[in-house]
Amino acid sequence: MSFDDWILALHVLSAFAWVAGLVVFWVLVVAVRRADTPDETVRMEPITKVGGAATGIGAVGTLLFGLWLAFSVGGYDIWDPWILAALVLWALAGGLGGRTGKAYMEGMHKARELEAAGQSGPNAELLALNRTQNGLVLHTVVSLLTVLILIDMIWKPGA
Amino acid sequence: MSTFLALSRPTEWNFPLFVHVFGAMVLVGGLLAGASTLLYARGDARFLRLGYWTLVAVALPGYVVMRTGAEWLYTKEGLDELPDEPTWIDMGYGIADLGALLVLIALIVGGIGVRRLRNGGGTGLLKATMIIAWIVLVAALVAVWAMAGKPN
Repeated sequence: MSFDDWILALHVLSAFAWVAGLVVFWVLVVAVRRADTPDETVRMEPITKVGGAATGIGAVGTLLFGLWLAFSVGGYDIWDPWILAALVLWALAGGLGGRTGKAYMEGMHKARELEAAGQSGPNAELLALNRTQNGLVLHTVVSLLTVLILIDMIWKPGA
Repeated sequence: MSTFLALSRPTEWNFPLFVHVFGAMVLVGGLLAGASTLLYARGDARFLRLGYWTLVAVALPGYVVMRTGAEWLYTKEGLDELPDEPTWIDMGYGIADLGALLVLIALIVGGIGVRRLRNGGGTGLLKATMIIAWIVLVAALVAVWAMAGKPN
């Protein structure tokens, strides 16, 4: 394997980490819709960290290794339309992903407040925060943008 | 070598490749989500069920889509006509076959575990499911490396 082959393998592994993180968040998005107690909500926090780590490593890895390949591999240029499209989609997905995290963390913060206040029973406000429509729409859009990046990477329009 | 292949790939391979990669990504995501949920469940029946059903509803369909794409691509690329298969194909098939067996064992063992949760048992069986899921996840990542880097 050449050095570029290793970088390509790491680029693809990063893409897998990114999507794996999104899948982890999809499972949590579905599960948290039934969570109306602070305990049930807070118990999901370690799993959100797994998803956050996977998407974080994936996002940074795909960008860095992808940029390396764009400059290093003959036949690819950074201004190729499909590479520019991938960079735009990456930035959009990253920005919206951050907003998704904020939307869902409101429920987590509320659960911590309720726990600190000694309230352990079901709470309608917490359930409403956990069922955030804004977060659901944002996560759906981020997932669709990620699928578009995958399509762009495979079909390479304009290459 | 693989970077050259990526540059020169015929366009009719793209859709089967998309199906293969998309399925593999869902499989890896399902394994990570299911194994992580089982890991952090700490005996809580709700989270143990969530982890198990994530493996059933996400990882298993992901495997089927990945494998369908793999077979499609295998014949489309004419790899089935090669006298000697490249190492990365052997690795991919080996890990996919062994992974399928392990996933099946994990789901059967976990299914019994989930049934036993009603009577307060089953956590040990679901722990076994979790360990198998982590092993398959690591093996799947090795397969991804082999498919992308194409050693030899």
